[in-house]
Amino acid sequence: MHIIEAGNVAAAMGVKLAGVQVVAAYPITPQTPLTEKLSELVDSREMDAQYIPVESEHSALSVCIAASSAGSRAFTATSANGLLYMNEQLHWAAGARLPIVMCVVNRGIGAPWTVWNDHQDAMSQRDTGWIQLYCCDHQQIIDTVIQAFAIAETVRAPVMVCYDGYILSHTYMPFDIPDQADVEKFLPAFTPDWALNPQCPANLNTVTLPEPRADVRGNTAPGYMEIRHNLHTDLRRTIDVTADTDTKFKDIFGRGGQPFIESYFCDDAEHVVVCMGSLSYQMRDVIDELRKEGVSVGVYGLRLYRPFPDRAVAEALDGRKNVLVFEKALSYGYEGPLFSDIKAALYGTDSLPKIRNFILGLGGREIRTRALYQAVKTACNENQSKPHEPDFIGLKL
Amino acid sequence: MATKKTTILNLPEEEYVHPGNRACAGCGLSIVYKTGLKALGRDSILVVPPSCLTVLQGLYPIAATQLPCLNVTFASTAAAATGVLAAMRAQKRPDVQVAAWAGDGGTSDIGLQALSGACERGEDFIFICYDNEAYMNTGVQRSGTTPQHVLTTTTPFTGKHQRKKDVPAIIAAHGIDYVATASAAYPLDFYDKVVKAKSIPGPKYIHVHTPCPAGWGFSPRYTVKIGRMAVETGLFDLYEREKGQFRLTGASEKMLGKKRKPVAEYFITQNRFKGMDEEKIQSLQAEVDEKWAGYEKIAQGVC
Repeated sequence: MHIIEAGNVAAAMGVKLAGVQVVAAYPITPQTPLTEKLSELVDSREMDAQYIPVESEHSALSVCIAASSAGSRAFTATSANGLLYMNEQLHWAAGARLPIVMCVVNRGIGAPWTVWNDHQDAMSQRDTGWIQLYCCDHQQIIDTVIQAFAIAETVRAPVMVCYDGYILSHTYMPFDIPDQADVEKFLPAFTPDWALNPQCPANLNTVTLPEPRADVRGNTAPGYMEIRHNLHTDLRRTIDVTADTDTKFKDIFGRGGQPFIESYFCDDAEHVVVCMGSLSYQMRDVIDELRKEGVSVGVYGLRLYRPFPDRAVAEALDGRKNVLVFEKALSYGYEGPLFSDIKAALYGTDSLPKIRNFILGLGGREIRTRALYQAVKTACNENQSKPHEPDFIGLKL
Repeated sequence: MATKKTTILNLPEEEYVHPGNRACAGCGLSIVYKTGLKALGRDSILVVPPSCLTVLQGLYPIAATQLPCLNVTFASTAAAATGVLAAMRAQKRPDVQVAAWAGDGGTSDIGLQALSGACERGEDFIFICYDNEAYMNTGVQRSGTTPQHVLTTTTPFTGKHQRKKDVPAIIAAHGIDYVATASAAYPLDFYDKVVKAKSIPGPKYIHVHTPCPAGWGFSPRYTVKIGRMAVETGLFDLYEREKGQFRLTGASEKMLGKKRKPVAEYFITQNRFKGMDEEKIQSLQAEVDEKWAGYEKIAQGVC
């Protein structure tokens, strides 16, 4: 079914189709309409799920952690400071290997308060062991929410589905609602490895020692470091799992085919722009314009941010003259986090491209297509590397 | 109250705590935990934050408990219990008893917000707070329920200046149907309260006074004796608040109309009260006397 609705509604429809059993959430702008839509779906019995209106984001994720530990498919959503308030539980969910899915409706972090979009919230949580996927439009939001459960339950790790506050969350766009039967074919019912059960008692997440230790049957159980190593290797494996999930999704729904980075006029491009979220779609207008002027340029929209698909990125950027990274986040005192990751991915390749970093749109600062056009055009012409100095676009000092 | 009281003769024999756990010698929690799990029964799921109980239960991959247990972060106990309940409803297993079991720090301080939220939402679970009156697991630091003048490692010279936070009263203010206090020195009274709590829908809160030899500074063999003294001096009272109706129970009920032991007798048994002078003792005695004068009035139906 094709409808025209807000991005938050697309996310809610994805949650419903995925057969989520427990939803816990606390309202925060611009995530709130998603929470409201889910409570509406549950209250009207269109969705058969437990909806827990908790008193904080910390509790929202705690409810999901426990529900998932007890064998139920669990979902929550948040933005900005709500995500930061969850930080402890983010590490816990990943460490406990729980396939929870959470929508992060990206918003700038306070202080000072802003309700507008940038990517600082999710990117500041990149080292919590969560998989992070970024969406460009409403179709991707609903599709990615469904795929996120498939990925999470394959690798037993939680997934953040990130999309831009207001730009996507509150705007209306047409999108296709997948058929319920097809979704069930794609995503079978959740079968946990282990769940809380009085018939088969176990103590979950108890204190662990640094060294491996034998259990009562003499089997060696991993120490803390082995458990961490396993999470890391499984997240590295998630790169392939994401590709496989995308292939399976395409077979059933006909959409997808670019699981890591979406390419727009990149095949023959001398210069490529890399960015995330809705910005990569806005950048397409710039590419169209510059192509008309004969500039050989394309844009990559990164979809999988953690684990970082380094090989795919290095392959995509290999042999380019210029790589221009535009991002809405900053590692204060250094540079954009995506920029650092891209440089790291390029290390070891033979033909290092010139590379530059542009920081823009922080706290919802307007991103004018004209300014993007100017920045890309100038950078392509200048053809110079600025490996550690980000340029700020739209800054008014 | 027509409910039959449990005695040592009809207490269930099945044990849910393995012998040889990691609790300290003389641990009051050991008594309470052993008894409480008997009352909760086999078809239960526990939720436990960091606390001495996490230590008692043992280190991965070995556990001292025979009930399924989810260890959670310090602030999240009641929210996690909510999550387990939600999963049980989603899986059509509403008969599973969910019990959260936290220490006084995890209840009165960092966990209070989640507990308040769960009580307000009316979650159908039992929250048991074992109150050993400090952060014992991390080495005896003051908590919200540490009594006034007690020496801890964060109140090392002059003792805690503030009074003990009255958590049962805070929880009762949520208007939930069952709030009770109990003591490790009276395990059967505690057992009966847990059993009663199981029969009441919605949130239930039981606050258990739990003597701690290492933290309080007394010999491990006196745990029960000291727990009893806290009750006999009227410092810690056993009561139930059912649908708002308050009544003293067990040993505390029997003390109505009788002379209580002076609080000084309790203070002298433990190193943690070393910093108290006569003036402080008398002021606390006056507080206890005033509190009990109120109980006498309630018992006589005056207010």
